[in-house]
Amino acid sequence: MDRVSRREFLIGGAAAGGGLLLGWHMDARAAAAPDFAPNAFIRIGTDGRVTLIMGQVEMGQGMYTAMPQLLAEELEVGLDQVHLEHAPPDDNLYANPIFRFQATGGSTSVKGLYEPMRRAGATARTMLIAAAAARWKVDPASCHAERGAVIHAASRRRIGYGALASAAAALPVPDKVVLKRPEDFKLIGTPAKRLDTPAKVNGTAPYSIDVRLPGMKIATVAASPVLGGKVAGLDEAKAMAIKGVRQIVKLDDVVAVVADHMWAAKQGLAALAIRWDDGPNAAVSTADVVQGLDAASQQPGVVARKEGDAAAAIAGAATKLEAVYQAPFLAHVTMEPINCTVHVRSDGCEVWTGSQVLARVQATAAQVTGLPLDKVVVHNHLLGGGFGRRLEHDYVTQAVRIAKQVDGPVKVVWTREEDVQHDVYRPYYYDRVAAGLDARGQPIAWTHRLVGPSILARWAPPAFQNGLDGDALDGAVQLVYDIPAIQVEYVRHEEPVLNTGFWRGVGVTHNTFVIESFMDELALAAKADPVEYRRALLAKSPRGRAVLELAAKQAGWGEKLPPGRGRGIALMYSGWDTYVAQVAEVSVSEAGEVRVHRVVCAVDCGTVVNPDIVKAQIEGGVVFGIGGALWGEVTLKNGRVEQSNFHNVRVLRINETPAIEVHLVRNSEAPGGIGEPGTAVTAPALANAVFAATGKRIRTLPLERQLRST
Amino acid sequence: MTTLNINGRDVTVDVPADMPILWVLRDVVGLTGTKFGCGMALCGACTVHLDGQPTRSCVTPVAAVAGKKITTIEAIGQTPTGKKIQRAWLDLEVVQCGYCQSGQIMSATALLAKNAHPSDADIDGAMSGNICRCGTYPRIRAAIKQAARAPSAVKAGG
Repeated sequence: MDRVSRREFLIGGAAAGGGLLLGWHMDARAAAAPDFAPNAFIRIGTDGRVTLIMGQVEMGQGMYTAMPQLLAEELEVGLDQVHLEHAPPDDNLYANPIFRFQATGGSTSVKGLYEPMRRAGATARTMLIAAAAARWKVDPASCHAERGAVIHAASRRRIGYGALASAAAALPVPDKVVLKRPEDFKLIGTPAKRLDTPAKVNGTAPYSIDVRLPGMKIATVAASPVLGGKVAGLDEAKAMAIKGVRQIVKLDDVVAVVADHMWAAKQGLAALAIRWDDGPNAAVSTADVVQGLDAASQQPGVVARKEGDAAAAIAGAATKLEAVYQAPFLAHVTMEPINCTVHVRSDGCEVWTGSQVLARVQATAAQVTGLPLDKVVVHNHLLGGGFGRRLEHDYVTQAVRIAKQVDGPVKVVWTREEDVQHDVYRPYYYDRVAAGLDARGQPIAWTHRLVGPSILARWAPPAFQNGLDGDALDGAVQLVYDIPAIQVEYVRHEEPVLNTGFWRGVGVTHNTFVIESFMDELALAAKADPVEYRRALLAKSPRGRAVLELAAKQAGWGEKLPPGRGRGIALMYSGWDTYVAQVAEVSVSEAGEVRVHRVVCAVDCGTVVNPDIVKAQIEGGVVFGIGGALWGEVTLKNGRVEQSNFHNVRVLRINETPAIEVHLVRNSEAPGGIGEPGTAVTAPALANAVFAATGKRIRTLPLERQLRST
Repeated sequence: MTTLNINGRDVTVDVPADMPILWVLRDVVGLTGTKFGCGMALCGACTVHLDGQPTRSCVTPVAAVAGKKITTIEAIGQTPTGKKIQRAWLDLEVVQCGYCQSGQIMSATALLAKNAHPSDADIDGAMSGNICRCGTYPRIRAAIKQAARAPSAVKAGG
């Protein structure tokens, strides 16, 4: 391992107004020896260079700005003074406090790291001030820090952090540090400019798909189109005859064509005309999956929340309502197709990829190669979209298996078709809900039985406890409405015909669709206005009520709409500790096409680090949610995913995008998650708006498929 | 051997005539700012300019670009319109993951170069071929309008 050559990979992303420098730093601790590095997140060189090491990855959600804001605030440096570096894999140093291992996802970063990052910054600042005070022989309390320097105002002395680095490094790391008072914040709470933008508008931002190495080959792959299938035969000679094709790597379940460039690899793959033995899932269709879920839903589940005797209360209620809601398999289709570059040597392995779970990338490479963990070097990158897809490391495992057969570095790039058909999909969920209303239409009981696989049991086994998947149930167990009897149950039902995983919002996205659609059904049965009906049930949730009222007010709820238009409201609350209410305004054509005209969101995510990034996340989440709700589905026929590229994986485009307004409630509550709520709240707001416009209650997503078939 | 004019320079490459220029740019020449998204001209991530016209490089073979000037994201900032678009993208914080933004900026620059004051419908028409999964569309729309309002006297390098 040659540190110098690896250092050469430092990529300058610095451009107009930006100080971003992204590099692959191999070993923060070892290389940091002459520097001041009081923790895994900060390194200050004797030259004064301040490097912040990003334990949470950047996939568009703004972590490479929000985390620096937290660190720099307490460190007392400007964002224009910092350089950023991707963290190396290390589950101890960079554990997400909520997951307890190195992972970025679940809208947890700011929620989990708001204090730890500030503490990391404050620790460094405290030590630098102590070093300066010792040098000047003054009381540290008489000094303060500002823009990368310690100042002793009384004697008008000032010394830069670089000059203090060596002395600070020799000091013990204090156990306790004083955090700044919110009223003294210079960065937290401000719409600071994103540090990653300059390199992203001129083509220089490095994604893993852009990796270029001396001698590198490019491979593209075909994995079995049916889960569990095997390669039965292929025409290797035809592929090898194509100019630029260098090697065919044939494994049990996947074939890779290794070539000089992607074009040759793609042509080679087509020429192989691979024949597959489809295996046990050869005949499976979506209907089979739904049948299995329906059967499972007939059985009681594990009780996740129980207040009162909901079943008895419903049995005795003046009005009873029950419904089945369904949410389909969904693909992520991140704009950057799945890719991973690997160089396997006898004495080590290097991996270049973009991952939300870096330590898992390292572990799988070690396992596949048989090398010790410390012989696997992982270079993380900016991610061209995550949405949960890159919380999986299947593509890394596959790339390392292929690279083991290749002499030299190989970049494995999936085609879009491969990406759509070999995703780790949002599960198909099947929910039974029921409610009882009293004579005045008020709900006296609520039951919710949700059926689906447990992603957590596979992905984070310790989090799957007592038969309950807290993620699948997220949003359902926190039901904020004041109803005397509530029972929420979970039926775990695995569907081994497709791999399933996290998709922006996961449990909350599906549960909010169910809960908020059904809440509208209750309001209708009670002949009540949907906003007023909810409001009356939110006495115990003032924050929920406040966002509901704000969204309704800003959207002009109750005001007359042009003919053919309808408004729908939805409220979301979950373990993310964020409250969002949304009002959507839609019209529906006779052909069943939905046009979304306007979306108004009110958001209370507690303490805000960067209000502009919060707004951007809500806007983007809404766009993601609209496409998903209107058209999103992955279907199976003969064990194969029927969709393949953007012609039949329809996602929202700019000409279909409504005006989106985001109204933030500012307070000092603990910070909540923001990456996923915008998506989670959208489907029910749209479904309710569709009902208002057409009188059709759609209980199975995607909405347009149902509108066309009813 | 084929000679391509890329960002004002002649570059000679040994590639098949049917090879899409996306892969020539990325895998042969090493200009990786132009992105692969779909390979079927469905998403716009690979948009470059051919003599100023926005073009999906993933379906445009080398044989089709003879004698034409190829401009990529790496050089678009050297044009006054490209610079204005990039500036507006920065000012309004359009970008999230950023992967599609090379293509978005190339499409937006081509629009603004031929239509100095595009309406919403013009923007929809020019930009609907560019997918963004992060959902930056509202800001793209606003940024194009802001760029259109920016003084046209902005010079390259100014």
